[in-house]
Amino acid sequence: MDRSSMSDKTIEMIGVNKWFGPLHVLKDIDLTVARGEHIVLCGPSGSGKSTLIRCINHLEEIQKGAIFVNGTELGPQGNNADHIRRDVGMVFQQFNLFPHLTVLENCMLAQRRVRKTSVAEARDKAMRHLERVHIAEQAAKYPAQLSGGQQQRVAIARALCMDPQVMLFDEPTSALDPEMVKEVLDTMISLADDGITMICVTHEMGFARAVAHRVIFMDRGEIIESAAPEAFFSNPGHERTRAFLGQILNH
Amino acid sequence: MNYTFDFAPVFAAWPTLLEGIMGTLRMSSLSMVFGLGLGIIFMMMRMSGRPGLRTVAVGYIELIRNTPILVQVFFVFFGMPAIGIRLSGEQAAILAMTLNCAAYAAEIVRGGVQSIRPGQIEAGRALGMHTADIYRFIVFRPAIRAVYPALCSQFILLMLNSSLVSSVSAEELTYYAQTLDSQTFRSFEIYLTLGVIYLALSQVLSAVLSLIGRVYFSYPTK
Ligand SMILES: Nc1ncnc2c1ncn2[C@@H]1O[C@H](COP(=O)(O)OP(=O)(O)O)[C@@H](O)[C@H]1O
Ligand SMILES: [Mg+2]
Repeated sequence: MDRSSMSDKTIEMIGVNKWFGPLHVLKDIDLTVARGEHIVLCGPSGSGKSTLIRCINHLEEIQKGAIFVNGTELGPQGNNADHIRRDVGMVFQQFNLFPHLTVLENCMLAQRRVRKTSVAEARDKAMRHLERVHIAEQAAKYPAQLSGGQQQRVAIARALCMDPQVMLFDEPTSALDPEMVKEVLDTMISLADDGITMICVTHEMGFARAVAHRVIFMDRGEIIESAAPEAFFSNPGHERTRAFLGQILNH
Repeated sequence: MNYTFDFAPVFAAWPTLLEGIMGTLRMSSLSMVFGLGLGIIFMMMRMSGRPGLRTVAVGYIELIRNTPILVQVFFVFFGMPAIGIRLSGEQAAILAMTLNCAAYAAEIVRGGVQSIRPGQIEAGRALGMHTADIYRFIVFRPAIRAVYPALCSQFILLMLNSSLVSSVSAEELTYYAQTLDSQTFRSFEIYLTLGVIYLALSQVLSAVLSLIGRVYFSYPTK
């Protein structure tokens, strides 16, 4: 099936189902993400948010349904996974920087190995993105020498160095001390302003209000509600959404 | 006790002993390098998804770790000619010690690889890197770092065990000491000196390994 003509759809998930053994973690997920769209995904712990975004770059296999990224179908066994991972960047809750490499080397490794970029070019691009996340002066340091917020900004720069068309964020601020949340959110907001497509799992509702085009609420493996932030917060359509919002907004 | 100690013949033979030291260092360092390389291959087989490869690796590792190294040396030197593989003493020594070292290194390095958080590998995959590159550039150094002290102990043990290959006439330190003994009959002095030399070699090897560790396998951690 040729979907390259439908260029307004960056990601398309159709009837996606996933099980971990007997546990049905994604149930008939249908989700289309337009180019440049910013989606915030929220829901209780264990509802399948991480699993959903991890299916998009095939860190998890799906058992049923189809996923297209930029018109390329990701087969259930991971056909085209390499191709798709070039277009999709990911930022993890635990940063996952490579501890034995400097900040600069973290940003150069995949450029060198995957894109076969020359050293000079890889370094240039790495420095550009490190400047963009305001951390260029730490380029020679090792991850353990940085604060959590700095590490997460490096992780964002590392992903950007691969020129992704989509960025996936899995609770990027959940592991941070409160005083570092803002610097990471500010970085993400500036990315959003630059028009990159993003799906962000987060409970930072201020961020959702600021950049999301759509907020999606998941519970027990299902998409319960999907709405623009204004409507989502002021007038949620489902009881479960209301209960969830009550919980996270009240503390 | 009317034995008079006389170290003079031992010290007079220092060029021979030096040659022995070189032999010991040559054979054991080659075996360490080859053994680590082969060990990593067995470790990958042991951890692979293919049951066939896993069984071969586990069988090999168990076989080596549950038989005496001297038997392994004898098998390579005296046994293999029967199937047409005829090696010099030194070649047999290096091969046997490599095979021995590989089994221990495989298990040690496996421990290191298992200590790597899955998030590291996922980060590599998310960046589009291939499995081989992920192991080479992301997993290898932190994994070795995690088990470096154990690996060094194994290497030192290998160097000490290399005295056994004197029994197949590999020309290393113990071999020369035995020759000297049969010429001078100064057994006490010779084997005391030999012990001191091995002790010194262990210290030197340990220092060299920790230098390598500091240069290649260290980086700041919290
Ligand atoms: N690798 C795994 N093996 C088995 N179960 C898993 C695995 N990863 C996640 N799960 C389960 O799948 C469900 C969804 O997990 P997850 O996607 O991480 O939820 P969320 O990110 O919304 O907290 C949970 O019940 C979790 O325990
Ligand atoms: Mg999660």
